[in-house]
Amino acid sequence: MLIDSLVALSPEIMLSIYSMVVVMVGVFSKTKSMDVSLLWLSCLMFCFISLIIALTEPSDIYAFNGAFKLDGFSQFFKIVILLSSGLILAMSKDYLSRYNLLNFEYSALICLSVVGMMIMVSASNLMAVYLGLELQSLSLYVIAAFRRDSLKSTEAGLKYFVLGALSSGLFLYGASLVYGFTGTTGFEEISGVILDEGLSTGVLFGLIFILGGMAFKVSAVPFHMWTPDVYEGSPTPVTTFFAIVPKLAAIAMLARLLFVPFGNAISEWQQILVFLSISSMLIGSIAAIGQSNIKRLMAYSSISHIGFALIGLTVGSSEGLSAVIIYMFIYVIANFGVFAFILNMQRDGVSVTDISSLSLYSRVNSIRAFCLSLIILSLAGLPPLVGFFGKVFIFKAAINSGFVPLVIVGGLSSVIGAFYYLRMVYLIYFGEVSDRLGGSMPFINQVVLTTSAIAVTLGSINLFGIQGFVSVISTTFLG
Amino acid sequence: MAPIIFYFFAVIALSSAVLVISCRNPVHSVLALIATFFSVAGLFVLLGAEFLAMLMMIVYVGAVAVLFLFVVMMLDIDFVELRVGFSRYLPAGIIFGAVLVFELGIMLGDWTFSDSFARNMTSPIPTDVTNTIALSKVIYTKYIYLFQLAGLILFVAMIGAIVLTFRPNSNVKRQNVVEQMQRDGASSVKVVDIKPGQGL
Repeated sequence: MLIDSLVALSPEIMLSIYSMVVVMVGVFSKTKSMDVSLLWLSCLMFCFISLIIALTEPSDIYAFNGAFKLDGFSQFFKIVILLSSGLILAMSKDYLSRYNLLNFEYSALICLSVVGMMIMVSASNLMAVYLGLELQSLSLYVIAAFRRDSLKSTEAGLKYFVLGALSSGLFLYGASLVYGFTGTTGFEEISGVILDEGLSTGVLFGLIFILGGMAFKVSAVPFHMWTPDVYEGSPTPVTTFFAIVPKLAAIAMLARLLFVPFGNAISEWQQILVFLSISSMLIGSIAAIGQSNIKRLMAYSSISHIGFALIGLTVGSSEGLSAVIIYMFIYVIANFGVFAFILNMQRDGVSVTDISSLSLYSRVNSIRAFCLSLIILSLAGLPPLVGFFGKVFIFKAAINSGFVPLVIVGGLSSVIGAFYYLRMVYLIYFGEVSDRLGGSMPFINQVVLTTSAIAVTLGSINLFGIQGFVSVISTTFLG
Repeated sequence: MAPIIFYFFAVIALSSAVLVISCRNPVHSVLALIATFFSVAGLFVLLGAEFLAMLMMIVYVGAVAVLFLFVVMMLDIDFVELRVGFSRYLPAGIIFGAVLVFELGIMLGDWTFSDSFARNMTSPIPTDVTNTIALSKVIYTKYIYLFQLAGLILFVAMIGAIVLTFRPNSNVKRQNVVEQMQRDGASSVKVVDIKPGQGL
């Protein structure tokens, strides 16, 4: 019995033991070269563990009295989370060593936060959800403040910590209400209680508080205020990580929370999600127009993308869920390209993040400028790039379930959002003559930038072939 | 007798909790916080949860509150300056607080418990063993996964505290234990016989 549970949990166990080994080796070796090799080893470890998960036959396995659930849905998200984290570590090596941030603690904390995310994605019990969430967030608070001698980074870490603790408090309060009124913390059991006895007001309040806490984690409006400040203040590799990996984990966890325990209360949470998604799309698009810092702009862009993804969850059908998964997948691919570029935006060896420094980048390196423009246009959702199809799937699912007003707001905010995306492309090709960005870029980042550009172009042919697979996952997930 | 003790602790807990947020001097606030923890621990003993009561004493009073006291006394925080924005944010705070209290009031008005809640409430506290044994029986079996996860979180907290505060200083002279153990009188002490009136 215990052995079965341990086998199901083996990827997480391996990664946590590995991170302890990293800490031990790092503490005792004390050399810079060991820190570098531990970073590469962590990349390999992420790939290795994702391979193990990929080779596991997808089947619904419960472990530890139902606190942990292994299914196709969680396997897919875990693989994407692991591979993205490995790639981000590889991409950030250059930046980290440039600013003397390349410590073994960085790799160890990234590994531990990934363990937390894997637990979040598989959690099937409110207590396990909370512990996974805390493991993830606590590591992220630390790496947000990783550049200790920078005031902005410290401020970002502290702000993230204080607001994150508040949102965890909201989540816990909701979880305690749900436990108090249903008498259980297991997802399946909560669902059963709601089915048998209806949704009591106490459980509804618990659901609202839990959603408030979760909206903070996915940075949906009105719980988004931390996002631009934290993205701007953190070191750029950390921002890259924030923009991609925790978003995936939080969306997957939100989907499980909504569909499994509260699947019988769908009409109640739909109203909340409609509000969250409409306000995120609009505020994310409108507030981004005034930004002059590219990291802040990407923060608002991520807020509005989360708004689109929330439409898919609002719909509540398996079509909507698979649209969300595809949308997040496309979002991750495009963000990789943009951040591979931002990581190396530097002038005379100093990193810059203002948008105006993109001016006439096409004359510095035309291929990279073209790649970046393609990716930005895909983020804006211009046909025939793949970002457009992501939005089409979301809108189609919404229309099929009768959420036409959501689609109208979504279309409106993509038009508004297209303005600032197009302005970036305009600057790259027709900006004013000013000090240009330096031309050097490490090999890995070049590869990621080019691959991402090719992917957003060619991906629209068959959506990377994941469409059928994803719809199978989401159909079995909704059972 | 029990009701009298309950009201005694409850009154102390509530009034010292009010003192925590109303005291002007932060040191007094922390002391009031310790009083709150003490009386809550008393309430736990009254409930038959002696393990929680001891935990409350050791963790909250022994560690957290004393740590607060140190922070308050050692760090130079200008508490008057922290209160500057207070009156500005007060109206918004009151409005949101009132809405929240109102909503929670609605919830209290419609208080229905699920059937399984009643089952949980009546599941008896084991009387044949102490709290500690009863707790350890489930923590290390049924909840081992969650227990280990909590341990992992503490591990992250430890790494985080070190990463954010430790600054390696190469000027520090450290003791080499092995070298220290190898020393003996013959190699470390030189006995010099100084004749009177001669000096060295």
